[in-house]
Amino acid sequence: MEITLKRADFERMVEHARAQLPHEACGLIAGVEEQGVRQIKKVYLLTNLDASAEHFSLSPQEQLAAIKDMRALQIKPLGNWHSHPQSPSRPSEEDKRLAYDYQASYLILSLEDEQHPVLNSFHIEEGVSSREELRILD
Amino acid sequence: MKLTVAGESKDFKDGLTVAELLVEQKVDTPQFVTVSVNDNFVDKENFDSTVLKEGDVVEFMFFMGGGA
Repeated sequence: MEITLKRADFERMVEHARAQLPHEACGLIAGVEEQGVRQIKKVYLLTNLDASAEHFSLSPQEQLAAIKDMRALQIKPLGNWHSHPQSPSRPSEEDKRLAYDYQASYLILSLEDEQHPVLNSFHIEEGVSSREELRILD
Repeated sequence: MKLTVAGESKDFKDGLTVAELLVEQKVDTPQFVTVSVNDNFVDKENFDSTVLKEGDVVEFMFFMGGGA
């Protein structure tokens, strides 16, 4: 699976994730899928209900608002994203265990090196993750 | 009766509960779903007793979480 993200959205994610430190940041991604390419049209910055450096969960109230916004924009949910404040951009065991949606793309933004954030996208199914081809578009 | 479920208008039997709707919609993991009816969130312990009415708008929010 190939997935594209606008650089401006990448920078918003980084800015939000830095602002949430030392906690994990999280959100949703939405867009369109054409000919096997997922194009992220909008990134949602949501509240991490866990307010934790090691865990995240999305607010259902904010998810509901995001779902309505996606419908209004005629885009569809493509997955979610979260930050790893002090660990690499790869799914943790907990990330894999809690990845119930096999259709979703799971984006993980590492701030392990805060000045050089790393973002990767993963498909996770039955506890096994594989990296998707993520392209950040200027 | 007509309900709007996840943005789609569909016909359902009268007296349907939230728990029955989750089964009809083939939600395999209801323990990880938050349900809203007309923007009001339904407590999980009330899924069985919450009866849906004509015109209700129902949304499912699937749990999303993880760790570092």
